[in-house]
Amino acid sequence: MLTLGHYLTLGAILLCISVAGIFLNRKNVLILLMCIELSLLAVNMNFVAFSRFLDNLDGQVFVFFILTVAAAEAAIGLAILVVLFRNRRTINVAELDELKG
Amino acid sequence: MDASMLIAAPELLVLIMACVVLCVDPFMEDDRRGIIHLLGMLTVVFAAIITLRHDPLVEGKAVVTAFNGMFVRDGMGDTLKLFAYATLALVFTYAKHFLRSYQLFSADFYTLSLFSLLGVMLLISANSLVMVYLGLELTSLSSYALVALNRASTRGSESAMKYFVLGSMASALLLYGMSMVYGATGTLSLPAIADAVRVAGSDDVLLIVGLVFLVVGIAFKLGAVPFHMWVPDVYDGAPLAATLFIATVPKLAAFAMAYRLLASGVPDLHGDWQQMVAVLAVLSLVVGNLAAIMQTNIRRLLAYSTISHMGFVLLGLLPGSAYGYGAGLFYIVVYALMSAAAFGMLILLSGEGRAVRDLDDLKGLNQHNSWYAAVMAMVMFSMAGVPIFVGFFAKLLVIKAVLDAGMLGLALLAVVFSVIGAFYYLRVVKIMYFDEPDGETRVSVPVDFRAAISLNGLLMLGLGVFSSSLIAVCMESFPS
Repeated sequence: MLTLGHYLTLGAILLCISVAGIFLNRKNVLILLMCIELSLLAVNMNFVAFSRFLDNLDGQVFVFFILTVAAAEAAIGLAILVVLFRNRRTINVAELDELKG
Repeated sequence: MDASMLIAAPELLVLIMACVVLCVDPFMEDDRRGIIHLLGMLTVVFAAIITLRHDPLVEGKAVVTAFNGMFVRDGMGDTLKLFAYATLALVFTYAKHFLRSYQLFSADFYTLSLFSLLGVMLLISANSLVMVYLGLELTSLSSYALVALNRASTRGSESAMKYFVLGSMASALLLYGMSMVYGATGTLSLPAIADAVRVAGSDDVLLIVGLVFLVVGIAFKLGAVPFHMWVPDVYDGAPLAATLFIATVPKLAAFAMAYRLLASGVPDLHGDWQQMVAVLAVLSLVVGNLAAIMQTNIRRLLAYSTISHMGFVLLGLLPGSAYGYGAGLFYIVVYALMSAAAFGMLILLSGEGRAVRDLDDLKGLNQHNSWYAAVMAMVMFSMAGVPIFVGFFAKLLVIKAVLDAGMLGLALLAVVFSVIGAFYYLRVVKIMYFDEPDGETRVSVPVDFRAAISLNGLLMLGLGVFSSSLIAVCMESFPS
């Protein structure tokens, strides 16, 4: 029998994978975008699980909003990526070093 | 008309006008683009008029909710919105000159800023976790695009990418916290969450974990240490017009977000979030001020000074009292005006195709443009917190609120670091007045720009001399 704990653990693992992906990846900006999407999906998993176990629909409605915003976010992210590639001819994370931060 | 629509009328106006600006642009010849600027200014003015006009629903009641409790209008929200309009009007005035001299003058900047303003207004009026998230994302997504406004700039696109990745990560962490809070309380409405926490007590692990993630998200949006990495890069890499916008209007919303989530969402967990916010505030004051001393780039200097100002704003939230929130509100409003003036000056000093970047670009400004040097000096004195100028009263109120809460150590630390901070502001003044200029800086800006920047600079002095009325407005925004 799957309990709430199982779903929350899955959500936490997905979030950890995505955060680790963002900080460890030095190769490709596209992978950063994928990690961001993954972290939003981890949140969605949490919301749906809570919504199911609390027997309250609000959480599932929130998930629809998150999915919609995630699509908009991906569109902006890819647009910035295209601009970046045009200017730099690379999407290697390690080469994005013109600014010191 | 529906009562909810009436309460949210300013938001609706901004939404419609943002779409109008977007649709009008393709039909404009290059030399008639001024109409877009006019439409932007009109939007801001009419939104202010609608907000100021007290409709019968608002009168008599301190708080009005709309759309089934998703949207709230109260004193704090209206004050913040009015200052958001005022700041955006300044931003439009300064940005027009910059955009024209870089051949970027089109509806892009205006549409994105208006949509971002809409996000700011929704975030200020949010009364539910869904609204907080949607308002935040509308503000952030527009800001990411603004940073990449100059498509040919490598620095711009690089900083946009960094801002996007870190910002999206922060939103995801904030959402993760929201999901935990939802799981612990079973509701998304902020007042209902406050009630549920009051009944259930504060020893729920889910709730505390959720709170940690909420604080992380807020710290990122304010740009507090240790979540400040994006601030210097974005301020430095973005086109000045975008920096000017990002440094001012969204900061007002970040304060509102912190207040809505922490003070109206989980007031009973005050003891828990107070410690986290205290750590963020101290780190921001220390790192922001010390790193700013080492900068030779004026934009990075202002970025680190922003970080230290955010430390003060967080200090205002600390005590959890109406006085503290009022002090925080006053600080953020004053900060937005100061920051608009500072970046406005940088735009003024940027000649054709050459943006001011180094502190040395300000050398000897006083010799040829003594009035603008005086304006910049007033802004710097205000940021440093020299008495008479308005920045001093902002710092004073926050420190008084912290002292009233009995946190003597924090108050002393804030005083010490604002003295350290005064060093780099005064260095800017010294460079302008006592260094020899390399060449003559030609200032050729339209008359509305001159009027706005002079007014903005004089406000630093004027609001300082007559600070009591603005302070009273901010304090009355929070019923104790």
